[in-house]
Amino acid sequence: MASIARSLRLARLSAVSATIRAPAYRAVFIRPFSVTASNAIRKYTKEHEWIDISADKKTGVVGISEYAAKTLGDIVYVELPEEGLEVQAGDAIGAVESVKSAADIYSPVACKITQVNLLLEEKPGTVNQVPEDDSHGGGWIAKVQLTEQGLKDFEALMDADAYAEFTAAESDH
Amino acid sequence: MQRSRSIAVASALRGVCRSQTQTWTRNAAVRRFISTVVAAPVVQQPKSSFSASVVRQQAVRPTQIRTQARRSYASSSSNAPLQKTALYDLHLRYGAKMVPFGGFHMPVQYSSLSVIQSHLFTRSHASLFDVGHMVQRLFSGPGAAQFLERITPSAASALGEHRSTLSCIMHADGSGGIVDDTIVTKLTADKFYVVTNAACRDKDNEYLRKEMAKWNAEPGHESLQVKEEQLSESGLIALQGPEAAPILSLLLPKDFNLRGLLFGHSAYTPLMLPGSNTQTSPVLISRGGYTGEDGFEISIPSPAETVTITEAILSAGGPEKVQLAGLGARDSLRLEAGMCLYGHDLDDTTTPVEGALSWIIPKERRGPDAGYYGAEKIAKQLVPKAKGGEGVERRRVGLIVEGAPAREGYPIVTAEGEKVGVVTSGCPSPSLGKNIAMGYIKEGLHKVGTEVQVVVRGKPKKAVVSKMPFVPNKYWRGESA
Repeated sequence: MASIARSLRLARLSAVSATIRAPAYRAVFIRPFSVTASNAIRKYTKEHEWIDISADKKTGVVGISEYAAKTLGDIVYVELPEEGLEVQAGDAIGAVESVKSAADIYSPVACKITQVNLLLEEKPGTVNQVPEDDSHGGGWIAKVQLTEQGLKDFEALMDADAYAEFTAAESDH
Repeated sequence: MQRSRSIAVASALRGVCRSQTQTWTRNAAVRRFISTVVAAPVVQQPKSSFSASVVRQQAVRPTQIRTQARRSYASSSSNAPLQKTALYDLHLRYGAKMVPFGGFHMPVQYSSLSVIQSHLFTRSHASLFDVGHMVQRLFSGPGAAQFLERITPSAASALGEHRSTLSCIMHADGSGGIVDDTIVTKLTADKFYVVTNAACRDKDNEYLRKEMAKWNAEPGHESLQVKEEQLSESGLIALQGPEAAPILSLLLPKDFNLRGLLFGHSAYTPLMLPGSNTQTSPVLISRGGYTGEDGFEISIPSPAETVTITEAILSAGGPEKVQLAGLGARDSLRLEAGMCLYGHDLDDTTTPVEGALSWIIPKERRGPDAGYYGAEKIAKQLVPKAKGGEGVERRRVGLIVEGAPAREGYPIVTAEGEKVGVVTSGCPSPSLGKNIAMGYIKEGLHKVGTEVQVVVRGKPKKAVVSKMPFVPNKYWRGESA
């Protein structure tokens, strides 16, 4: 698992360099929630995952929210889901870890994992920088194929406004 | 489907504070993501009610992760409103993210640095920690030393004045179990300064009240009375790192010999506030800390002076040399230094021998008749089975784990899959770039270099029993050291 040791080192270095370019680093966090994927519909779970689904509602991209990434702090390790895995909404599909904590990633919907973001093995800190970016180079976690149940699950999730309200209420506690 | 759990956050911020030994406990009531991350040492925290899917996952996940996280030291004010230390407003001014810990609002990190940055800054420069939530106690009276020698294995009478020792408060039932870990400082022959963990406040108070009453009422103890006073008005801050001594020296009176104040020593002195020609009340400076670095813990008699002195230190050092640091960095620093966190690496069921703390027991107190609670049990444990003693079944060891970070509650297994222990603390080490952990392992497998595995989310990862501290400590032991 040499790649993981490497990624830990990378994460450390990037954290240090972040000191130097602190303004840019922080600017990332105050970006509003809906930056990417203007064509896709994005929804959020109470467990702080997001999912974009395609116009045909058959495929989606999953990641963790900016709020979650910020709360976790420097992410030094991402355990990616297994490709081909079929899961129900709420099943643990992976994990993100910072120095201080480990957080499971739960599937927002019933789906099959079709692709995972291998970039995160080398650069887990990408999740801090662009957590809600579903493009190449972004911090997305997995691409999925939705089942019929998955689409129903999706409908029940929060939209960006509801999620913003939800996290604001959480922060108050 | 009901889904009450959020992203489960593991061994979240444990950091903490203690004079070399302090704690930080988990808050079992935490349910939500923010509170989990932010709130307390929670390990893969089970949410209050499990959904069917979670139960399903338990089949493949180590179940004790979930049950363990239920443990709580919650007598510590879990329902009482959180208290504030003297530095609460200062924390907010510096952009602290505050979390409940040990019954207080405590900073876990500040906006200027991430946890990793803060950790590395402490090792390269200096960090200032608010540890005012810890319980500062004074035991005094003609029986104080002997009383402490009953409840701890330390040689309180033999300790030099203004010398400190790490110690354990022992259960009265003779089991050898640890009520709390603590730093005991002898101020004078009949006065001791004892710092205990915030998270154990209520438990310790109850234990100490009961034990003192018992001691004072015993026949023959009329002339050996002991009383306790809690320094609840006193602030406590810790200045840690290679720049700690140079910065502190800027505030010390000219004739104060800082080089002569070695690790484990302490002294009362007023501090000089630069620029204002004023002098503070005497503060108690103890050389030591909970990071493995050279540093000081400073007990300050009033809340107002706690703020003044904290600001004076920050301004004397300047932001290039000293930064505030929170519980987040404190936890990873103490773990690199191989130090225990009570409630995690030690608890009511572990003994000092199992906890690899036999070194805190002085030679003259290693026999069965040493007179402290649990002495008979500990004396047997100190002698290995091979030499006719009882030995121990498990020992606390350090681990370096490949792949994913190991967290509290993860099982330690052999290559064949036999469970031989459990991780009690773990994180990716910011200094080493490796995953470090400590845990309890079956006697026999505790030797450095032994290869085992740690099960991380159902997957075994290679692990090697490793020497602690993981990062060499840098205590000031004098010119020749």
